[in-house]
Amino acid sequence: MKTASRVFTTLIFLFLFAPIVILLIFSFNASKSLSVFSGFSLKWYGELLNDQVTLSSVRNTLLLAVSAMVISTVMGTAASVGIDRLRRRWLRATLNTVTDIPMTNPDIITGISLMLMFVFAGRLMGFSQSLSFWTMLIAHVTFCLPYVILQVLPKLRQMDPALPEAAQDLGCTPLRAFFKVTIPEIMPGILTGAIMAFTMSLDDFVISYFTSGAGFQTLPIRIYNMTKKTVTPKMYALATIIFFVILALLIISSFTDRDDTKKKKLYRRQPD
Amino acid sequence: MNADAAALRARARRTQWALLAPYSLWSVLFIVVPLVFVAYYAFTDNAFAFTTEHFVRFFTATSSTDSGEVRTYLLIFGRSLKLAVISTVICLLLGYPLAYIMSRAKPRAQKIMMTLIMIPMWMNFLIRTYAWMTILQDTGILNGFLSLLGLGRVHIIGTEGAVVIGMVYDYLPYMVLPIYSILAKLDVRLIEAARDLGCNGVSVLRRVIWPLSLPGVLSGITMVLIPSVSTFYISQKLGSGKFFLIGDAIEGQYVANNLHFAAAMAFILMVVLLVCMALMKYLTNRQVNGGAKA
Repeated sequence: MKTASRVFTTLIFLFLFAPIVILLIFSFNASKSLSVFSGFSLKWYGELLNDQVTLSSVRNTLLLAVSAMVISTVMGTAASVGIDRLRRRWLRATLNTVTDIPMTNPDIITGISLMLMFVFAGRLMGFSQSLSFWTMLIAHVTFCLPYVILQVLPKLRQMDPALPEAAQDLGCTPLRAFFKVTIPEIMPGILTGAIMAFTMSLDDFVISYFTSGAGFQTLPIRIYNMTKKTVTPKMYALATIIFFVILALLIISSFTDRDDTKKKKLYRRQPD
Repeated sequence: MNADAAALRARARRTQWALLAPYSLWSVLFIVVPLVFVAYYAFTDNAFAFTTEHFVRFFTATSSTDSGEVRTYLLIFGRSLKLAVISTVICLLLGYPLAYIMSRAKPRAQKIMMTLIMIPMWMNFLIRTYAWMTILQDTGILNGFLSLLGLGRVHIIGTEGAVVIGMVYDYLPYMVLPIYSILAKLDVRLIEAARDLGCNGVSVLRRVIWPLSLPGVLSGITMVLIPSVSTFYISQKLGSGKFFLIGDAIEGQYVANNLHFAAAMAFILMVVLLVCMALMKYLTNRQVNGGAKA
């Protein structure tokens, strides 16, 4: 049984990593081919660094992801606090249902629906080009918001409501109590939500595809346009760099995680 | 009641309103209204006059490909549903055991396996799907490998099988993660109690672990089924031609600037998915409750 499960797990991970290993190898290919390896070379990395269109799409992606993350985190946190305090059950249920829509709807429908509205509104206002950076930003904030709320709301539920009240009894204004007590208490949820929003925005292709204009290209859209023609190992070089950046981030975050658990243990050891 | 308390309550209500207003406004403007636009475009023609011609076209139009294969929109939609269901079943059959093995491993091994599952998810799925294309091509890496071993070549690219491989590959992590997160938190004492009461391994799995993990299974199924049924990139690269799945059909109409017909197909897809989800929720609720009664 033990060996069987080990073999099974190994096979699945082989399946998951097969294309990644292949693109890592072929990014160093001396020739143009993606299936015959003819020798080691770094020339595709050199070509990538000289590809201004791709580099600017990386900058665009980061700009969009940071903006979407900041807006959705602030608005989502405020909304979570509001939802948490809601007494009227039907209003809360309605808000929760609406929040679920972008997460359960297929991306293609979210993208098409926003695009239709932007095109319609653009025509009303007489724009010749209705899709731009701004329409993409709106789309990204829209699909990031549910992830932020999903992370922050449970933290608010877990929080002892007596804490901010105690702060107010001790002379804090409600606003000060919110920033001094509530925010630090729900910070882990806010951070996870922000990171999720950032990565969702970074990785999104389908919704961006329908809401982007000709002038603003993100990395996934650039990759899509590259794969429409014959692809050279240059794209694999790009993927390899992305792979190592992710690997580095994961290793760093696993170290900080360990620090966190240590800290928690320290806190617990202290007498009340 | 004194005036102070009333003023305080009024202020609390104002704060609440200020917190909720931006998000409520945003979700109405950018979630609800766009969906209304889908319906509006679906039922109007280019001059925005009411019509049902797009739906008539969806259910009756035919087109034939170069190979002489006749494709109707219904056929394409049926194929999308079929391939998505097959992929979801395969993901469940592979993902559930993997999630179970992960949840029983040592903490360190669990963490490593989690990271290994997450890494592919964070890499751009377009590039990974394209890499599969170079593996599965007739002159690709798999066939090179097979002929090196002296085995015959296989033709996979452009078939439904290739699309299923792509879907399973891209969405398997979405099945594993929710099931794993439930199994990892499962109370071990429940399993021990079942064993003490005379359950063998299989019936512990069938009567204790499986029913308790159903919420994870359900969200896993949703997270695999919905992107597979609506994908267009996987089928463009691994399937044959542009007119293969419903996602391709919608994307094709968008590129051709037939926004009204694209909206009609999106509308049909949305309605069918809503009905599927409602049905699935109803069935699992019944199973969970039925299990509790028995």
